[in-house]
Amino acid sequence: MAGGVAGGEPPFLRAGHAAEGRAPPPPPGLAATLRKNLLGSWGSCLITLTGLALIGLALPPLLRFLVLDAVFIAPDGAACRAPGAGACWAFIAAKLPYLVYGAYPLGERWRVDTTLVLGGVLIVWLLWLDAPWRRAATILFFVAFPLAAFVLLYGAPPLGLVRVETNLWGGIFVSLLVALVGIVVSLPLGILLALGRRSRLPVLSLACTSFIEILRGVPMITVLFMANTMLPLFVPETLAPDRLLRPLIGVALFASAYMAEVVRGGLQAIPAGQIEAAQALGLHMLTIQRRIVLPQALRHVVPGIVNTFIGLFKDTTLVAVVGIFDFLRTIESARLDPAWAGPTISATGYAFAALFYFTFCFGMSRYSLFVEGRLAFGRRS
Amino acid sequence: MRRRSDEAAAHRRLAAPLSRLATSPALRRTLVQVAVAAVLGGLLVAAFLDVRSNMEARGIPTGFGFLDDPAGFDINQSLIAYSATSTYGRAFLVGLLNTCLVAAIGLVLSTLLGFLVGIARLSPNMLLRGLASAYVEGLRNVPLLLQLLFWYNAVLRPLPPPSEALLLPFGSALTNRGLYLPAPIAAQSLAPVALAALLGMGVAFVLFRRMRGRHGPAQGVRVAVIALALVLPPVLATAAFGWPVTFERPELGRFNYAGGLRLTPELVALVMGLSLYTAAFIAEVVRAGLEAVPRGQSEAAAALGLDASRTYRFVLIPQAMRLIVPLLTSQYLNLVKNSSLAVFVGYPDLVQVFAGTVLNQTGAAVQVVLVTMAVYLAISLVASAAMNLYNRRVALVER
Repeated sequence: MAGGVAGGEPPFLRAGHAAEGRAPPPPPGLAATLRKNLLGSWGSCLITLTGLALIGLALPPLLRFLVLDAVFIAPDGAACRAPGAGACWAFIAAKLPYLVYGAYPLGERWRVDTTLVLGGVLIVWLLWLDAPWRRAATILFFVAFPLAAFVLLYGAPPLGLVRVETNLWGGIFVSLLVALVGIVVSLPLGILLALGRRSRLPVLSLACTSFIEILRGVPMITVLFMANTMLPLFVPETLAPDRLLRPLIGVALFASAYMAEVVRGGLQAIPAGQIEAAQALGLHMLTIQRRIVLPQALRHVVPGIVNTFIGLFKDTTLVAVVGIFDFLRTIESARLDPAWAGPTISATGYAFAALFYFTFCFGMSRYSLFVEGRLAFGRRS
Repeated sequence: MRRRSDEAAAHRRLAAPLSRLATSPALRRTLVQVAVAAVLGGLLVAAFLDVRSNMEARGIPTGFGFLDDPAGFDINQSLIAYSATSTYGRAFLVGLLNTCLVAAIGLVLSTLLGFLVGIARLSPNMLLRGLASAYVEGLRNVPLLLQLLFWYNAVLRPLPPPSEALLLPFGSALTNRGLYLPAPIAAQSLAPVALAALLGMGVAFVLFRRMRGRHGPAQGVRVAVIALALVLPPVLATAAFGWPVTFERPELGRFNYAGGLRLTPELVALVMGLSLYTAAFIAEVVRAGLEAVPRGQSEAAAALGLDASRTYRFVLIPQAMRLIVPLLTSQYLNLVKNSSLAVFVGYPDLVQVFAGTVLNQTGAAVQVVLVTMAVYLAISLVASAAMNLYNRRVALVER
């Protein structure tokens, strides 16, 4: 177009309107989309029919078991033992306090509630990307919260809080506690390990690498066994760590190794130019890591961190192997209560636990997808 | 860096030897390393001495001599001869083999199911896609332990007793005592048929190598020749020496099934739980791999007239494998590591037998836990090495 103007001659101009083109076909309606999607070919038809048959076979019994035939209110297991009765939600309702707090003393349970609410608020604050003062939240969550939680849960007689021994702890609260300890320890420790692994000092790098690879190469159960049976041997008999503390240490170390690999991925994504520029400005190596590298690297790996946390949360169920009464273990012992014994009790208990874990894990994975999308958007613009 | 060392050199000439520490990065680095090594080494030695004295004080064996002592407990499933009079070392082997058994079955089943579900998630059919997504999200977000307990305590244990067993095809039966399958029994004449089959495979392989390439015979001829090479020798051998394998069906006796192959409920629960759970992860790996293949590839395949199954077999999967293999390796390793959850359903795997019963009976915690960890670590390292090798071969195909 510009060529014509440059040549000095009048550019070619259309004398009248162009003939109207045909309108693009209207977007196919819902029915057409469905037809194309579900009945596009003979094979597709067959698949659709099989799928419908599958749903038709599986859904009604499931619905009947979980809702229609379920027993919602009952004083004991008699109503749930009736033939044809579905899930016994009354059993869950009756056992709920035990499932949440374990054997934690009745009068002290507000302490558990306070801790969980505090932790929840702080986590939401941290995960909400646009929240104000997220730095303060970080410090509160990683330093102040663990101390407060310890004082609240374990007790501090000088503050008027009765000591509650850990063998009384149990239920959902212990599961959440194990997961919280895992995340609070594993994130800082994982960062240190990742930095150590990338260090130019061969001894440090070798030590960190072997720690990470050994812990990642073995099942978590063996780490728990090790923490449970070997930690007491490392110290004199009188100093033997608490029975809940041992698996907590095991879980924290195990999670740190996985977290370290996630963080390392983020560190590798930082271009070398960033470090070189910071060095040119005369910044100290530690300052560079703290102010330049880590903030960028950690932002990249938020989805990875959340995914690791999902894995950690599912793995907390394994602490039952060393005798900790986590949520699943309380379900296991509640379902064996003779007062409620019945053919549907086990399935009810597992359905409830599955719902609980699914809600948490699915929610977290959606959050991680959301963050991923936002990071990708930030990178595009 | 150079600016710094110049500066350091200038300082070095002027400053006293002590302050060189502050200015020479190389010296500082060495000192830091020595310090790290000294602290780590010191900690390890201290821990070792402490553990040894603690173990001696508590009368715990400190060597590996206990492995030769009689175990004195029974194991309800064993691939090798084992009885209560066997040694702890033998019990270790039994546990290790049981772990390998469950891992091998789990690997095959979860791979098959995982690939099917992963491909289904990309199907043009909306319903199939939805079902596959529901499967993946449902199983991935619930702890494996919960699923295992569900299969074992809520599904397999409440099954009817043998007298009212659920009868399956081929004389199989599902009862609360386990899954009974027909057992293959090798007859006397197995050797010639096996040899013939091996010979056939060798011939087929050679023929396959020969006929490869553009100038070889047509596809149909190739398939026919290779199929003939594979099938003919064993068939001839069978004709000459008789049918080599008979199946022994489980028969219902007065109280229980006799004969046949019995899979314990523990094994079935563990295999089901592990396979279904891992398949969900493998499906995600497969989907990610297939989605990473550029769209133009499947469009080009469609333009060439390949149908869906050929597009997948010859175009998409070979390319996707490059991404899939490393991720698949880590899922396989997870499966092997997760098989240690056997301890929760009482399946006698390495952890249940060795880190459980043997540890409790002998008290040799340090040795037992370290050996158990070493076994898993060795499996992990070998598997990563093998997959790295494969990975390198696949990568070579790339331009």
